[in-house]
Amino acid sequence: MKKLFIVAPLALCASVAMADELQAKVEDMMLKSFQANGIATLERQKQDEVQKACSSPTPPDADTMKRLEAAEMATIKWPADGHYIDGDWKEGQKIALSGRGLTWTDKTPDNNGGGCYNCHAMDPKEVSAGTIGVSLEGYGKTRGNSEEVIKYTWGKLWNSKAYNACSDMPRNGFGGILTEVQIRHVMAYLFDPASPVNQ
Amino acid sequence: MASPMRIRAAAKDGVTEVRVLMAHVMETGQRKDSSGALIPAHFITELSARHNDKLVLSAQFGPSVSTNPYLAFKFNGGAKGDKLAVTWVDNKGDTRSDEVQIA
Amino acid sequence: MRKQFKAVALSLALAFAAPAFAQDELNFDAYREMLADGNPAELYEMEGEELWRTARGPKNATLEQCDLGLGAGVVPGAAAQLPRHFADTDRVQDLESRLMYCMETLQGIPSEQIIKGKFLKDERAKLAALVAYVVTHSNGEKIAIDLSHPKMKEMYALGEKAFYYRTGAMDFACSSCHSQDGKRIRATQLPNITKPEGAAAGWGSWPAYRVSNSQFWTMQHRLWDCFRQQRTAEPIFASDVTIALSVFMAGKGNGAEAVWPGVKR
Repeated sequence: MKKLFIVAPLALCASVAMADELQAKVEDMMLKSFQANGIATLERQKQDEVQKACSSPTPPDADTMKRLEAAEMATIKWPADGHYIDGDWKEGQKIALSGRGLTWTDKTPDNNGGGCYNCHAMDPKEVSAGTIGVSLEGYGKTRGNSEEVIKYTWGKLWNSKAYNACSDMPRNGFGGILTEVQIRHVMAYLFDPASPVNQ
Repeated sequence: MASPMRIRAAAKDGVTEVRVLMAHVMETGQRKDSSGALIPAHFITELSARHNDKLVLSAQFGPSVSTNPYLAFKFNGGAKGDKLAVTWVDNKGDTRSDEVQIA
Repeated sequence: MRKQFKAVALSLALAFAAPAFAQDELNFDAYREMLADGNPAELYEMEGEELWRTARGPKNATLEQCDLGLGAGVVPGAAAQLPRHFADTDRVQDLESRLMYCMETLQGIPSEQIIKGKFLKDERAKLAALVAYVVTHSNGEKIAIDLSHPKMKEMYALGEKAFYYRTGAMDFACSSCHSQDGKRIRATQLPNITKPEGAAAGWGSWPAYRVSNSQFWTMQHRLWDCFRQQRTAEPIFASDVTIALSVFMAGKGNGAEAVWPGVKR
């Protein structure tokens, strides 16, 4: 019995050490197997805390999730003038449809698409919509435009990880994928009663 | 220089089925390259197939046909070991002929 | 699709005509089926076969002595067992890195030319044609990679880690798109690579001819473009991450039938 008692913790230590070694190796590989090309620099191969915590099949524990989400929440830039949804839905539509930007074949890190349709249904008439994210058809019509819904939507667009640290959705505002003006247009696309999303 | 075609021809019950895969860019003349310049039209215009030197198929192609076209057709006659030859000509005067034995 | 099609003669069965499909179903199976007969990848296979037998490079040699794992010059079935650990290099190599090694050692064509090259160009394009030739001779074979060597085990573990590794401008990992059943990006169906059938569907259908751009893409090319869309930095040709992900996919797909080369819309 005594022998077993000693061996078990040792085996545990050994497997933890092996996991650490594997983690170090993968981090090294994710850097050394890549090269910078144009705007796609090697900085992109270094994980931030959220990326690191969400790089396994299972999400981290609830406390860690909460802590990460609070930190991401603090990065959200709310519109200074309080104008959330007075953008142009037609511009928002263009942004939602475009999946362009930020690859190593793009010349500039600006003028990116939002890539919304890659994962979400929005305008019911657009058949070529992805299914990874929830359907956003009739978004404003079904959810209404209470302050709570509008603020949540702005925050989700700006930094999705504030609401779910391991969300599959990119951090559009925080990550510099979309500008504040672009996010305002996407908000209009979601909320404007005239937008095809709400038809 | 034109690349070879892949031709398969098989006779069964007095009918020969021919399948031809051609290597060709089939440029429409309406596409632009990355600098915005038109890519000149370059496509197959005519194709013919001969069974032992007898014409069994003559076709006109145009810019609406896809890159690396695939063509399948059947004709009455043909026997194992017979010759089956396919020739195409494109709008730049380039041409390619390939020949197989019917299986 | 960049081109419209029309039948040129009534009596011809023209498989280059795009069939009508119900758009709301977004199901391209029938379309793929029609494409499978007359897969233009065969043109690359023909080129590859010729390249295999042609004396080339500074050493003016053919590739007929290239050992793809089943012995010098043995092509049939070789691709189904790749990637594998090779004793002569003491490395895990996929088909592309192994062919590159053969081109360097037998023909004297420096690997740097391929690693620093571009897809669809020069020696890397020739390598792709050779890939088409080799995989065609494993078409219909069961994926059967041997994971017993410690270096294979390690590559598999690294590949699994890399699969879930979130990074880049949009926080994506391979798993962001490839870890659920029946999902799509736009109209493109995504295999669930966390499951054997999904891993086999991915691994066992590339390399493939892509009808939408008339290009033949190898698995290295496929992974490179996945990372491009993932918004990472650029993966280096035949680098460890590409081999690790390949071992992970092939290993998970072991036992399933490969359809090589594939054809995609």
